[in-house]
Amino acid sequence: MPHDVTVNGTRHSLDLPGETPLLWVLRDELGLTGTKYGCGVAACGACTVLVAGEAVRACALPLADVWDEVTTIEGFGTPEALAPLQAAWVRHQAAQCGYCQPGQILQAAALLAENPTPDDAAINAAMSGNLCRCGTYPAIRAAIHDAAAAMSEA
Amino acid sequence: MTKSKKGSKLGRITRRTLLVGAVAVAGGAAFGIWQVRRPVDNPLAPESGATLNPYLIIDGDAITIITPRAEMGQGIHTTLAALVAEELDVDWAQVRHWHGPPSAAYYNGALMHGALPVADYAMKGWQIALAETLGAASKVLGLQVTGGSTSTVDAYERMRLAGAGAREALKAVAADRLGVEVAQLRTEAGQVLAPDGTKLPYGELAAEAATRPVPQPALRDPSQWRLLGRSLPRLDMVAKVTGTAEFGTDIKLPGLHCAALRLCPYPGGRVAGFNPDPALAVPGVAHVIDLEDGIGVVARNTWAAMQGAQALEVDWQRGDLPDSIEAMFDRIAEAFDDRRNSRMRNDGDPERAISDASEALELEYRAPFLHHATMEPMSATALLEEGHLTLWCGNQAPRLHQERAARAAGITPEEVTLHSTYMGGGFGRRAESDFTHYAAKLAAALPGTPIRLTYSREEDMAHGFLRPAAIARMRGAVADGRAVAFDAQVAASSVSHQAIARMTGRRMGGPDKGHVEGLFDQPYAIPNYRVRGYLADLDVPVGFWRAVGNSQNAFFHECFIDELAHAAGADPLAFRLAHMRDEHAPSAQVLEAVAEMSDWGNPPEGRAQGVAFCHSFGTPTAQVVELARENGSLRITRAWIACDPGRVLDPGIVRAQMESGLIYGLSAAVTGQITFADGMVEQRNFPDYDALRMDSVPEISVRILENNPHMGGVGEPGTPPAAPALANAVFALTGERVRTLPLSLQFDFRV
Ligand code: FES
Ligand code: FES
Repeated sequence: MPHDVTVNGTRHSLDLPGETPLLWVLRDELGLTGTKYGCGVAACGACTVLVAGEAVRACALPLADVWDEVTTIEGFGTPEALAPLQAAWVRHQAAQCGYCQPGQILQAAALLAENPTPDDAAINAAMSGNLCRCGTYPAIRAAIHDAAAAMSEA
Repeated sequence: MTKSKKGSKLGRITRRTLLVGAVAVAGGAAFGIWQVRRPVDNPLAPESGATLNPYLIIDGDAITIITPRAEMGQGIHTTLAALVAEELDVDWAQVRHWHGPPSAAYYNGALMHGALPVADYAMKGWQIALAETLGAASKVLGLQVTGGSTSTVDAYERMRLAGAGAREALKAVAADRLGVEVAQLRTEAGQVLAPDGTKLPYGELAAEAATRPVPQPALRDPSQWRLLGRSLPRLDMVAKVTGTAEFGTDIKLPGLHCAALRLCPYPGGRVAGFNPDPALAVPGVAHVIDLEDGIGVVARNTWAAMQGAQALEVDWQRGDLPDSIEAMFDRIAEAFDDRRNSRMRNDGDPERAISDASEALELEYRAPFLHHATMEPMSATALLEEGHLTLWCGNQAPRLHQERAARAAGITPEEVTLHSTYMGGGFGRRAESDFTHYAAKLAAALPGTPIRLTYSREEDMAHGFLRPAAIARMRGAVADGRAVAFDAQVAASSVSHQAIARMTGRRMGGPDKGHVEGLFDQPYAIPNYRVRGYLADLDVPVGFWRAVGNSQNAFFHECFIDELAHAAGADPLAFRLAHMRDEHAPSAQVLEAVAEMSDWGNPPEGRAQGVAFCHSFGTPTAQVVELARENGSLRITRAWIACDPGRVLDPGIVRAQMESGLIYGLSAAVTGQITFADGMVEQRNFPDYDALRMDSVPEISVRILENNPHMGGVGEPGTPPAAPALANAVFALTGERVRTLPLSLQFDFRV
């Protein structure tokens, strides 16, 4: 039975087993490789996407259970039109290897949507599920504060 | 054998190079500060535009700088491109970069710096000259390797000369065209400017400049630099925050199939037999392929491939390693009874000094196996078409990967085109070529089908090339507040011997410097100072983990120095300084800096500090870690780093690497260990091989000094002091010594 999902505003009908995790649907079936695989067990956050604005681990979300529209990093901002969070990431030169960063950014997006001016404790609580083996946490924290300030001015 | 023209752009480039590149490159090689005069061939031959040397392609307005080192997060592409751009006079926004092909032209001349049996800090002028001659050997061997924190050191002159030579060649062409003297011309933002205001863009001059001998201009004085010495926007940043940066696991090709592996869980073991049917029954699985020491499953998507790989029924033939981690440590300890491999330091008479001393110490330390745990699991994409293999993967040694892939596919290295992608972390793991090997085998089994291989995290974790487990036996003595004897013996498997055998098929003998680095080469003035290395006869696959030998040896050295300071009744930082001040000034200065930054000796109520130091990869680095007890568990609250890599080319990148190295080292020290039970790795995924996260990472301050007369690396030196600084802080807070890692075995840590 085909499953329908809407990703970055485009509707897709996919003939795949319903238990296929959204992560692999995005990466291998739809070619949206900005969403990364790190662990497959919801322990690293590399695969984080937004479903109806909520941060979700795509590796642990079966295709059949996707309940609303999906936004991936590709739909969040582009090199030509960076989202404010991405611009803050660039100002703070936050990425090193970069592999965890799409997930970090979308996790931060969900945080700021809920709490436009998070303090350090709120950032810790929201971001600690997202692993970064390069240790970019200090720059990410600074970028989130900066983005929050920039977005509240806008 | 025939070589396919289709899909092998670089194959064509290599052949055309002989025609196009020869003239230009003879000039490139004339930048001869190198001992070996024979020119390196320019591997570049762009389809449009002109190449002036192996580092530069000018095509209209586009300035492409070749950055032939692995970008694994350390920012090297940005710094390398800036070296060329600085002398070339182009705007930073104009610069594009490309990793370039595997080529001997991109040999790493600094790699052999570490080959001399001498402590870096104590290298005399003649020794540095000799190391440069050895660098020439690296040129002859064509070692294009990213490792040992050497990339910037190696490129510092070479790539600036490439920029300067190209600039002067462009000016010479402009002078002829305009009928003026070269000396009257200036360059700016990718253009040659004439006194009358005429502007000639480089793109209009490049084709002709590429056919001329390249002048050998002097390099600019650093006081004139516009790009170097500043924190530049990284060239890879926008791609990495928009998900458009391409990793080995992101390659998209028509007809692409995805692959997963099921590898033998017993190191050194193989497949005795298997039943493919349960895998083939998984929807989407197309092929199951025997790889001898494992099985590959090829499917429509990676999920189906991983499900298939898990479903396989396999009989494994075990290797002959000890079953358990305890038995492995017993084997490591046996090495102390064998002949020693090295005695890299042997000053004075430690036996006598220890037996004469009223206060002597004898202690044993242990460090566990560690995994690199790169964020991106190992991955590679491969396509075999008409006898030609095209390969996309992140790697730290393109030529080794090219050769390994060729062997796996049964073709010659010339029949392999390798595209080096971004890497989701390297830390030494991607110098190994196992993933290239398997991808090439799968592609060779399915000609015409592009195969994208991604290791599952579980397979990645079970098949690491580990930081070796090690045991150190330390003896020492103090008198009148000073260390009078320091005698270290360390036993572990040899990374160098194992890796050289794996990479070249040749056995290497002789003393292994890397095995004892971080122990024998530290700038302490101790009259009776001896360091001996013993190689464990244990074939657990080991590899180059960030900072290599320094990572465990700094733990041994600096924890023991702390114990000696305690025995001498001295402050640990003042004790270190007292032994370092006359031995190596830049090292003493980083200690002084970190003392000042951390307000050493005055931690807030309820907190404690620990200090450690390591001189590694040419960069003395000192760290102070502050620890607190919160609700019964320990928490790392703050950390300070002072380092001296000599001249700093990009302070933002240096700072990021220092923070990164510290966090990597602390993560390992707190929870990192790979253990074995029943012959298999016990850790499977991040839940049992975790790292510091946003809520457990300390507040970090970094200070970069520039007193060091020699340029050092920055990618690794932040890691070695982290574990001992933390362990010493634990002692300061709790009164309990840590002599075995990870700390979580002994203490409850908030992670
Ligand atoms: S891949 Fe989904 S959380 Fe790690
Ligand atoms: S930037 Fe490399 S894992 Fe986060």
